[in-house]
Amino acid sequence: MSNVTLKINGQAVTVDAPSDMPLLWALRDKLNLTGTKYSCGIGVCGSCTVLVNGIPMRSCVMPAISMAGMEITTIEGLDPAGEHPVQKAWNEEDVPQCGYCQTGQILTASALLRQNPNPSDEDIDGAMAGVLCRCGTYHRIRKAIKLAASYAAETGGES
Amino acid sequence: MRPVEQFTNVDRRSFLKVSLLASGALMIGCGRLDPEQAVETEKDTWIPNLYVRIDTDGKITIVSKNPEAGQGVKTAFPMVVAECLNVDWKDVSVEQAPLDDRYGRQAIGGSWGTPDGWDDLRVAGTAARQLLVSAAAEEWGVSPDTCKAESGVVVHEASGRSARYETLLETAASLPVPDVADLDLKSRPSDFSLLGTFVPGVDNPQILTGQPLFGSDLRLDNMLYAVFEKSPTYKGKLRDANVEEIRKLPGVTHAFVVEGTDDPRGLQPGVAIVATTWWEANSARKRLRINWETSQSDASSDYEQQAEVLRGETGEILRSDGNIDEALDNAGKVVEASYYYPFVSHANMEPQNCTAHYRESGQLELWAPSQNPKSGRALISQTLGIPEDKIHVNLMRIGGGFGRRLRNDFMVEAAWIAREIRQPVQLQWTREDDMRHDFYRPAAWHHFKAGLDDDGRMIAFDHHFITFGANGETVSGADLSPKHYPAGLVPNFRLRQSIIETNVPTGPWRSPGHSAYCWSYQSFFDEVALAAGHDPLEFRLDLLSRSYGETQIDRQRASDVLKLAAAKAGWGTRELDANHDLGIAFHYDHGGYVAYVVEVVADGSFVEVEKVFAAVDIGPVINLSGAKNQVEGGFVDGLSTANLEITFANGAAQQSNFSDYELLRIGQAPEIECHFIQSDNRPSGLGEPPIAPAAPAICNAIFAATGKRVRTLPFSRSGISI
Repeated sequence: MSNVTLKINGQAVTVDAPSDMPLLWALRDKLNLTGTKYSCGIGVCGSCTVLVNGIPMRSCVMPAISMAGMEITTIEGLDPAGEHPVQKAWNEEDVPQCGYCQTGQILTASALLRQNPNPSDEDIDGAMAGVLCRCGTYHRIRKAIKLAASYAAETGGES
Repeated sequence: MRPVEQFTNVDRRSFLKVSLLASGALMIGCGRLDPEQAVETEKDTWIPNLYVRIDTDGKITIVSKNPEAGQGVKTAFPMVVAECLNVDWKDVSVEQAPLDDRYGRQAIGGSWGTPDGWDDLRVAGTAARQLLVSAAAEEWGVSPDTCKAESGVVVHEASGRSARYETLLETAASLPVPDVADLDLKSRPSDFSLLGTFVPGVDNPQILTGQPLFGSDLRLDNMLYAVFEKSPTYKGKLRDANVEEIRKLPGVTHAFVVEGTDDPRGLQPGVAIVATTWWEANSARKRLRINWETSQSDASSDYEQQAEVLRGETGEILRSDGNIDEALDNAGKVVEASYYYPFVSHANMEPQNCTAHYRESGQLELWAPSQNPKSGRALISQTLGIPEDKIHVNLMRIGGGFGRRLRNDFMVEAAWIAREIRQPVQLQWTREDDMRHDFYRPAAWHHFKAGLDDDGRMIAFDHHFITFGANGETVSGADLSPKHYPAGLVPNFRLRQSIIETNVPTGPWRSPGHSAYCWSYQSFFDEVALAAGHDPLEFRLDLLSRSYGETQIDRQRASDVLKLAAAKAGWGTRELDANHDLGIAFHYDHGGYVAYVVEVVADGSFVEVEKVFAAVDIGPVINLSGAKNQVEGGFVDGLSTANLEITFANGAAQQSNFSDYELLRIGQAPEIECHFIQSDNRPSGLGEPPIAPAAPAICNAIFAATGKRVRTLPFSRSGISI
């Protein structure tokens, strides 16, 4: 077991975790942050996505102890009030079906818009390619990202 | 509590019960009973299976008895109540009920939620509104007919008086309960104001902010985490395992052998490992050494060889109309083709899991993301010998159902482990567990022969269906109804069936059967139409214009969705861009009619599904958002699944994760335009109907674009890349 201090959603927390424990399980089983989901465990489906220094990463394959000093944002920290442009657009377009993969979709979309405030369909398909949705909400994800882009533009581009 | 009760046994078999709770809230209960049950049931003990509560602060709550798996029932049901009660949508909320026999059916499957709830929801909402109007009228000394209710307020326009619902609760509870037969229920799309509009899901706020909602999100005090290793081959028996060594590993609190049962749907033999975190339990699992006794070695290659032998046999005749042999002999033209589709997995994004706590009192509590918790409880009772009344099941939001969670193996595993360790425990399967221990949609071979008359009309249809079974009976999800389209639409019709024995677990997979064989029918009809020199749309409409006996299909509704999809796509009229082509297909199942025209762009063997024109008749649409979501998602599921397969070797599935079972990604998903025919028929469910016609419409478009007929799925086995 190793102690590691992680910066999660702006707060420093110390976790006592096995050295090989992925960040996903430190979040879920040590910190009870269950918004980050387990699905494939091998980094191919994107359900476990978190933002690390603003970049979408797969928490199921990154050891927690390697994350010291990084700014980690989980879905719980994006905007707890649900007022982030991506969250608002996601509700407006009613993207979720079962909802299980949407953590990964929302965080990946928020990172895309931060980097590219006005993405084309091709930009969206490229950025979102790593996050699977079994229910098939892709059609609405494209629409919601464009809507979120328009919200962000109205509020001065901050997403 | 001051109960005021009245039971009304009307032909709709609906009952109402009205109570004033101690809090001052008005509770309206509604449900249906079988006539025999109604006679036996005492007035005092009968409890409704739907509740609507109006609180003194004006909030309205309905209890949702069915679990939510993304099909949208948790949003659609309160919408119906709000519509009939004439209240603002924002004032209605929904509570998830636990498993409780008083609610009647509590399962999701068969697109049955909407047809099941439609009457109860409308009766409860309408009765509540009528009671509140009558209460206001009584207080004002006017006739109820001169009052109206809107946005939670009763208004008497002549005198300018008005009263909010929450001020009328006590008076309403003292009035006679309206007779269900006298209620003026809203039934048709023209009656609705909220129904048919676009309403976002009620759980969105939690989903979008990552709040706990799903089964695996549950965290209890002192909860441990478990994994369960089962036989890598189906029906394997466990000889011994190194559990003593496993118990010494970091974080591990328990490791033990579970003897299990012979029921492949129940508790299978295996080893449970419990630890303080799931990661530690699963890490310990990698050190597990189990000596398995394997009893069988099912393999896809063997299945293929058997299917080839069976093809030459007649098989069992399931239906025979007219004289098929004579009709084929005399036909002006005979078209023959064979189709094959593989086994596929449910692949829910949320792998199976269940949380359980066995208390010293002998009570067992579970938190289960199950589509059919009642059968899970029965399985646990039978396997563990715990009476059903000591098992309490909480229903958790489900991260994808698709029929997989109609089986409750994960529930009985969690229950067994919980009783062994006497501490709350969450069993979480890995993705590999989930894909290797699924109840797959079975593969099948379809050999077709169609006879055409001199006008190119199909007058003979012979179909040899080679499917899977055990002990001579088809296994779950592997049967084909002899009543199914095109039965009854062709004068000479024969359906033959042959069975390959299998040990592979199978089960319902979203629109069981239909989602598979519709592809072969609707692809073959395209071949027949083109061989006859007919337009594929006109050929289908012609087939639907005739009847030769019993058929399940409403031919008018089927024709209407075909025509609408074709019109929206510009079928036969629109000038298409270079390399663009269209394909058409339709299907009827679970009460719904769906037709697609699919537009593809082809570049050699690479095909892009670019645009979809959908036409759907499920009667009135309740939530436009939920309905469109099911059509969009159902199409994507059909496209994705046509590109996938599970194969077997040495008695085990060869695929185990999304790296070798690659679901569709966003760049492959088309634009989908969805059109509803809002007919006056009773509403039917939409979880299943949109999937079946997707794959054949795509394959028919692929043929139009490339000249290549896809007769074997997945696409890759027919040399097509999507």
